[in-house]
Amino acid sequence: MNIFSKPQAKWLGVALVAIALVGLPFALAAAGTAWVRITNLAILFVFLSLGLNIVVGFAGLLDLGYIAFYAVGAYVYALLASPHFNLHLPFWVILPIGALVACLFGVLLGAPTLKLRGDYLAIVTLGFGEIVRIFLNNLSQPVNITNGPQGISRIDPFSFGAFSFSQTETLFGLVFSGPIKYYYLLLALLLLVIVINLRLQHSRIGRAWEAVREDEIAARAMGINTTGIKLLAFAMGASFGGVAGGMFAAIQGFISPESFVLVESVMVLSMVVLGGMGNVWGVVLGAVLLSFVPELLRYTVEPVQKSLFGRTIIEPEVIRMLLFGLALVLMMLYRPAGLLPSAVRKRELAQPKRSAQ
Amino acid sequence: MDIFLQQIINGLTLGSVYAVVALGYTMVYGIIQLINFAHGEVVMIGAMVAFSVITALAGTALPPVLIVLAGVLAAVPVCMLVGYAMERIAYRPLRGAPRLAPLITAIGISIILQHVALLVWSRNPLAFPQIIPLVSFDVGGAIITGVQIAIILTSVLMMVGLTLMVYRTKLGIAMRATSQNPQIAGLMGIDIDRIIAFTFIVGAALGAVAGVMVGTYYGVAHYTMGSLLGLKAFSAAVLGGIGNLAGAMLGGILLGIVEALGAGYIGDLTNNVFGSNYQDVFAFLVLIAVLVFRPSGLLGERVGDRA
Repeated sequence: MNIFSKPQAKWLGVALVAIALVGLPFALAAAGTAWVRITNLAILFVFLSLGLNIVVGFAGLLDLGYIAFYAVGAYVYALLASPHFNLHLPFWVILPIGALVACLFGVLLGAPTLKLRGDYLAIVTLGFGEIVRIFLNNLSQPVNITNGPQGISRIDPFSFGAFSFSQTETLFGLVFSGPIKYYYLLLALLLLVIVINLRLQHSRIGRAWEAVREDEIAARAMGINTTGIKLLAFAMGASFGGVAGGMFAAIQGFISPESFVLVESVMVLSMVVLGGMGNVWGVVLGAVLLSFVPELLRYTVEPVQKSLFGRTIIEPEVIRMLLFGLALVLMMLYRPAGLLPSAVRKRELAQPKRSAQ
Repeated sequence: MDIFLQQIINGLTLGSVYAVVALGYTMVYGIIQLINFAHGEVVMIGAMVAFSVITALAGTALPPVLIVLAGVLAAVPVCMLVGYAMERIAYRPLRGAPRLAPLITAIGISIILQHVALLVWSRNPLAFPQIIPLVSFDVGGAIITGVQIAIILTSVLMMVGLTLMVYRTKLGIAMRATSQNPQIAGLMGIDIDRIIAFTFIVGAALGAVAGVMVGTYYGVAHYTMGSLLGLKAFSAAVLGGIGNLAGAMLGGILLGIVEALGAGYIGDLTNNVFGSNYQDVFAFLVLIAVLVFRPSGLLGERVGDRA
């Protein structure tokens, strides 16, 4: 603690973390390119969690259909940059469009429901997530828009002119494979998103969200347009989801409605809750943990079971889901503020409201 | 065959199942203002347990009605236990915590129940053994099957029973008092914790029977069947006015009919642009429409808008 109070030491720490992050993909690539891909997906989940954190953590609105915005972003990208409609727009054009469309969906969903109590919102968003998925699954007739359950494949990767993010290049004797290039892009964007989130939290808007979350009536009495500010949180969260979805589509090169099921929404929510609702660094931690631990389990649980019993008794997928469920319940019961609680949450949860309901 | 009448009959059948499940949501909501997200999973567990018992007994010479009854009798206590455990572990410690907390544990519990069911019964759907002879009657050009009649009758019976319990017994009075004002009810000598636990148990028992009914109707039970059913039943409860028993029944039946008619006619109405594969969307559209135009539901009292 004392060491870090010195500014030089703090910068040293930041520099060390930066070097570690820059070197990470090469270390991972040594273990297998799969791990670089897993890391990229983990970063996407950090994006998503940060987006959901705006809605759930900052503004205190439970959104259970968050993955729908991710789906919208992904499909916007896929439709505008794939042979499906024979459109190949550059990614810097599509990502903002995706963000905008997702934002629009957020407003459409939020406008009628945000006047209501929080728990209604939870259910309506859950329903919305399902509706989006049902439409993605079925909008292949009579006009083939989404290509139904088969999904859309051969989606363009990100590229600047001749520089494509999917090709392998060698620079200064180092091999930069596609996933490694994406890693650096994602890392840069992640830094940007984290900075935006940190700035948002302490801005006028961020304080308004906090006020609405803590006591809506009091916030309204203070002159905050509560519906408007909630809608803003919703729209912002949605557009983060949209951008993340677009990147997901480009990195994977293939998307289908399968990737956007309710479980994914719950997973992102678990990440936010585990890390600490409302705390940006907590959410990052939660997302990283819940992205990597299941992968580690996949590589350990199955061989262990095979060697012990000769067959897989519990699939890693099931263990993963049980883990998410347990994380949600146990965190709420024993550490409701998350692993890294935000200061306000800590205070709030230390003195629960007196209503005995 | 008269399509309209047929869809009404199908809607009534499904609607009465929704109504019974919706009662579980509405009772819990009425008493502690909590959306019990995991209620759908209780229904699923009920169906799975009953199916296991029914499949095990299918080879014996017992009459089919007795076999199904045995399934129900096995499912109800299991679900009661699940309901009680859920309340004790996930909700009671969080009474008085911020609203978000019990909602999140509810989601956690529902995931856990789903995957425990997956572990116990595997990924494959359980099929209902062919033990019930197919009986059907012709009603004005439409067909109603024996199973449909049984489902509707059972639902009505349970609704009447529940209404009598809530309005005629001492326990019911205690439940209503707790839902109106827990503190005062406590001062009047009512053991609130027990009443709340009891509410969960009754809701779970209803859910178990509903699970058996819906499983018998569709002929399959699957570990994921609970979430969509629960969502629809919740929509039904909101449609009728959440916290209101008569509302849940009305909402359930209305939703069933809307869904059946919607699925039956959407193709004709939209020139086959949309087909019956959009059936599941109707419940949500109804839910959103109700929340926009009449958040208190058809029979409900005004809902406060505190977050």
